[in-house]
Amino acid sequence: MSDNQTMRAGVATNPPRRLFLREMAGVAGGACLASLGVGLYVKQASALPATALRPPGALAEAEFLAACVRCGLCVRDCPYDTLKLAELGDAVATGTPYFTAHEVPCEMCEDIPCVAACPTGALDRGLDDIEDARMGLAVLIDQETCLNFLGLRCDVCYRVCPVIDRAISLELVHNPRSDRHAMLLPTVHSDHCTGCGKCERACVLPGEAAIKVLPVKLAQGSRAEHYRRGWEEKEAAGGSLIGEQVELPVRGLEGRAYGDTRVRPDAPVPASPAVPGGLDSGWRP
Amino acid sequence: MNTPIADPEQPMAGGGRGEAARDARARPGDEAVQTKGWLGANKWLLARRASQLGILALFLVGPWFGWWIVKGNLSSSLTLGVLPLTDPFLLAQSFAAGVVPYREALIGGGIVLAFYLLLGGRLYCSWVCPVNLVTDAAAWLRRRLGLRGGRAPDARGRYWLLAFVLGAAAVTGTLAWEWVNPVSMLHRGLIFGFGLAWGIVGGVFLYDLLIATRGWCGHLCPMGAFYGLLNRAALLRVSAGRRAACNDCMDCFVVCPEPQVIRPALKAAGQEHPLILNPDCTTCGRCVDVCSKNVFRITTRFDRSES
Ligand code: SF4
Ligand code: SF4
Ligand code: SF4
Repeated sequence: MSDNQTMRAGVATNPPRRLFLREMAGVAGGACLASLGVGLYVKQASALPATALRPPGALAEAEFLAACVRCGLCVRDCPYDTLKLAELGDAVATGTPYFTAHEVPCEMCEDIPCVAACPTGALDRGLDDIEDARMGLAVLIDQETCLNFLGLRCDVCYRVCPVIDRAISLELVHNPRSDRHAMLLPTVHSDHCTGCGKCERACVLPGEAAIKVLPVKLAQGSRAEHYRRGWEEKEAAGGSLIGEQVELPVRGLEGRAYGDTRVRPDAPVPASPAVPGGLDSGWRP
Repeated sequence: MNTPIADPEQPMAGGGRGEAARDARARPGDEAVQTKGWLGANKWLLARRASQLGILALFLVGPWFGWWIVKGNLSSSLTLGVLPLTDPFLLAQSFAAGVVPYREALIGGGIVLAFYLLLGGRLYCSWVCPVNLVTDAAAWLRRRLGLRGGRAPDARGRYWLLAFVLGAAAVTGTLAWEWVNPVSMLHRGLIFGFGLAWGIVGGVFLYDLLIATRGWCGHLCPMGAFYGLLNRAALLRVSAGRRAACNDCMDCFVVCPEPQVIRPALKAAGQEHPLILNPDCTTCGRCVDVCSKNVFRITTRFDRSES
């Protein structure tokens, strides 16, 4: 009410000022709306799609988006044309550098030229050993199509890994389908995988790879800190925390070392044959 | 003839004069071409286009022919492997977002800042910025087609927008404006690939063509506002030194992207000297070109002489 009165008084004495106020209110309102729109768009668009990986040394996504000025100097100095700047419509924040492992993986240059080129620190020069890069994390995501999981010896993802035997290893397990062969399962170890994407690029499957490099946040669960791993505790303490345990005999396994439940060639033929393909190897005590 | 001077963008009152006036407005500079020749009547325009396209070419010969003279884009670049240059407007956003970048970016930003502070911030708008090509084209077409109407927001809107851009960077902690900034998007797009950025640049063109005369550069662009802030001590300024010869043809008002800056200097309105000191002036020199009476010249801010 009083506002109205001052306004009207303003009209009488000072029309230009009223005009000015109205103009300014309109302008400020427009700018407010515009920046609100931009803010919402930014919030919605700042989620990185699972196939887009940041260059080595990239800060955590939120800090990265604050620091990267979208100059493309990292892109220019990448000798393998791995990196590209996102274009509008790419689902990666416009103008920021990324790569797609399936297309061109990172070759893990020893001198990390992309990081050296970045003028802003969006790529952190604290990264001086490319093996410490964590661009993403490889996950053997499809065990139904991975040839090694089918019992074959493909091993290609393992062979191409620049951090072979540390970032990825072949773990020997019994093949329950044939019951007489081994499977060598490609297994990624997060403490060494740099997320370079060479394994995904190399996977021999015709279309999509069975092993994929994902952003670490997507690939990794958080550690259950409340769960104490007995074997780790034991090793740390140099022995069992609860002392020696009484060993009870297991029926049918008398005469064997405690805990030895291995299948033996001389095991009796089971009464009902095992369902092929199941985990049941058919052994009966 | 003083009403049109006050507001050259409004349709002129009175039907009789309208025809001739509309014609003059659609083709300003025709008289200058007659008296000075085509080259003489377009020399600053040509110089400006050479500067804009030349800078673009420096960035493009790298990716196109492998001659790496300049790497990067206008946001941040490295020339000949030694000279870093960074856009201070981007650095301002980075600071607002709470980031202190590496020394290269700071040095690069300092060099650019010093250059524009000294010579004039809005030289960026008329001599470097690629969007100027777009908005100049829109303004030209709008004149040719005789398009009127639409409504330009208040020219101070850009300062508000600048404040909100920095505010948005502070609140979101990211370079929010760079998601949509048509200026960096156009330059980056030309060098690194466009995607859908054509849409945003096309939007700026259509906005200037259909909705607001000189709407983007003259009223909205927060980058122009930022460089306008660096334009307050500009060494290079336009002077209406021979204003006595003015025949009120209005051509300079029609071509000027910021027509409000001319009157104080040309008509001695609120100031004695003939220098255009209003920081909105981009020193594009188009008024120098189109004046058949050679009223204007580009000079320094200390040259108050009149002849
Ligand atoms: S480490 Fe080498 S290959 Fe990988 S992104 Fe950087 S420059 Fe490119
Ligand atoms: S060099 Fe740095 S600032 Fe430039 S695009 Fe790459 S990450 Fe961003
Ligand atoms: S992404 Fe694949 S190839 Fe690269 S380090 Fe990790 S496991 Fe090895």
